[in-house]
Amino acid sequence: MKLHKLLVAASIAAIGLSAALTAPAAYAAEEQFFPVLAYRTGAYAPNGAPWANGFVDYMKLTNARGGVNGGKMIWEECETAYATDRGVECYERLKGKHGGATAVQPLSTGITFALTEKAPVDKIPVITAGYGRSESQDGSVFGWNFPLIGTYWMGADVLVQHIAKKEGGFDKLKGKKIALVYHDSPYGKEPIALLQERAKMHGFELSLLPVAHPGVEQKATWLQIRQNKPDYVFLWGWGVMNQTAIKEAQATGYPRDKMYGIWWSGAEPDVKDVGDGAKGYNALAMQHGAEPNAKVVKEVLEKLHAKGQGTGPKEEVGQVLYMRGLISSMLQVEAVRVAQDRYGKGKHITGEQMRWGLEHLDLDQKKLDALGFAGVMRPVKTSCLDHMGSAWARIHTWDGKKWNFTSDWYQGDEKVLRPLVISTAGKYAEEKKIVRRTAEDCKK
Amino acid sequence: MSFFLETLLGGLMSGMLYSLVALGFVLIYKASGVFNFAQGAMVLFAALSMARFSEWIPEWLGMDNLFVANVLAFVVSIVVMFAVAWLVERLVLRHLVNQEAATLLMATLGIAYFLDGVGQAIFGSDIYKIDVGMPKEPVMVLESVFDGGILINKEDFVAAFISAMLVLALTIFFQKTATGRALRAVADDHQAAQSIGIPLDRIWVIVWCVAGITALVAGVIWGSKLGAQFSLSTVALRALPVVILGGLTSVPGAILGGLIIGVGEKLSEVYLGHYVGGGIEIWFAYMLALVFLLFRPQGLFGEKIIDRV
Repeated sequence: MKLHKLLVAASIAAIGLSAALTAPAAYAAEEQFFPVLAYRTGAYAPNGAPWANGFVDYMKLTNARGGVNGGKMIWEECETAYATDRGVECYERLKGKHGGATAVQPLSTGITFALTEKAPVDKIPVITAGYGRSESQDGSVFGWNFPLIGTYWMGADVLVQHIAKKEGGFDKLKGKKIALVYHDSPYGKEPIALLQERAKMHGFELSLLPVAHPGVEQKATWLQIRQNKPDYVFLWGWGVMNQTAIKEAQATGYPRDKMYGIWWSGAEPDVKDVGDGAKGYNALAMQHGAEPNAKVVKEVLEKLHAKGQGTGPKEEVGQVLYMRGLISSMLQVEAVRVAQDRYGKGKHITGEQMRWGLEHLDLDQKKLDALGFAGVMRPVKTSCLDHMGSAWARIHTWDGKKWNFTSDWYQGDEKVLRPLVISTAGKYAEEKKIVRRTAEDCKK
Repeated sequence: MSFFLETLLGGLMSGMLYSLVALGFVLIYKASGVFNFAQGAMVLFAALSMARFSEWIPEWLGMDNLFVANVLAFVVSIVVMFAVAWLVERLVLRHLVNQEAATLLMATLGIAYFLDGVGQAIFGSDIYKIDVGMPKEPVMVLESVFDGGILINKEDFVAAFISAMLVLALTIFFQKTATGRALRAVADDHQAAQSIGIPLDRIWVIVWCVAGITALVAGVIWGSKLGAQFSLSTVALRALPVVILGGLTSVPGAILGGLIIGVGEKLSEVYLGHYVGGGIEIWFAYMLALVFLLFRPQGLFGEKIIDRV
């Protein structure tokens, strides 16, 4: 019984201590609150944690730099474990805290789908940098979704452009076989519409191979690949599914240099344990790759990690997913700055005002360089109608030890993307009885 | 034909690995009548322990011999799994003697969540490498018989062999040793076993220790294939249809069930998957097990329970 009492007392003490440590700072009028929907536990933690670390570190860095016109960033983390129900629960719990959430970044396409209808009601922008619904680029229908600097359609488009270039032109794609190995979830299914469109245009054969969550069993998938012998494999995985795919490719003898992952399938956790087996594996870089030499990375190390104030392990700073979190955070901080330019410097920005900021982001190279992102990414310019703001990507390749850029920059082809975005968004608007925003609405 | 054989062999080798995890369920059920929902969490916990200690021990001892590090990490992990077994008996099972089976099942569900959480808290939630020298490159056989030969995954082959050896050792342990017989006696009737002097608490610790070792071997094999990370706990879900099919009380049932499920899910995915959009292997395994249950509710080798009124 003594042992039981001791355990109960220890549990109560631990709960009390953790509550004290995680208690939010008192809310001040000029502070901006951002819920952090993270996953540091569960099947996707190895990929979710570095993103969250970069995301939080940039807010810390912003505060260390003096905030946005003196206004500080505050945040509260909630564990979603990449589960849609838990993500929605986190959102509901945090959206009204500290004067209201300025914006939310769910880091899950499933959660994004669930929040898309809540956002207009709550007037909280949903930022989905590099994920979410591809048609939400159309701001006239999806007024509160911001798939900044990349959608899956744009990513798939760039991949097709890249292999066309390798083959010597789009006409050379005729008769080629491309297999899409994808996470059987809203995320994994996103590129299918664009790839089918491109397959029709260029005459390549597209085969679809879904992999059930979490993606640890892919033997049958790769046996089919071995039988069909596709010229290229596109990988749309997340978490353990990525490295399992590469290991299965090795086990079935499929050449890794014919494999191309989306930007969520091209980070260190996906390849480091495969080592030489992953040599030659390619993935899309959503502008940035691993950026250990970036100025902003050095600043994070100096101002945060050197003082013991960094988030997560120091060695991870500058890695691919850490950078993705850092950039996602930077984009929202800069949107606050833009909104403050209009609604009052140093003042608290509401969700509605934040939307205005997000629709008027104009990060030219000079601004990016000043923020420490020189060489990391290209300029971003959003509008009321274009919620993506930039459609550039490049390829990076794993050499057994690190990622190296191996292609020039590509831009998503608007001639292909735009009609698909407009028509799919139009169908959504019709189904949900949404009236498209006009130029007049955009001024508000 | 060669592709069919490749799929068949792939399924058999996967099935052998499922058997290894299913064996953990069978061992505990046979000896204590408890359906241990925490078996998957034990696999994860053991794998994390092995991966992290094989990383930490060379740092602590200032050495770089991978083999010695792995041996020491394996030994330490056995101790860790024994400690888990002792704590489970001491803190949970001892207080639930003669309780309803559902109560015990729920208790193991609690243990599963606890181990999942505490394992990640102690060892971390990243993907950790277990490098026990398993071969990664495939090999081609029967090239003279079939055009292009048949591809064999060497890693799966070695893993299946190790699993088979462990299964054999456990079968001998249960059938031929006094402790093994005592374990089976406890499973039949807790009170009757106690009345003839079988110490229930010690027997439960022993069986959870054996299940812990099985979890460790499964954790090392699966961890070597997939990396030691959270998804390993879901491997147990792959073993559930195996125990449904093979019967909860039968070691040979776990083996044959594993092989049938392994082959069934691979063949179904490859030959039927494209008719229904693919990704069917997980639910197909359950469907296969349920169809078997229609004809043999106790599983292939399970004991038929007859209650006389």
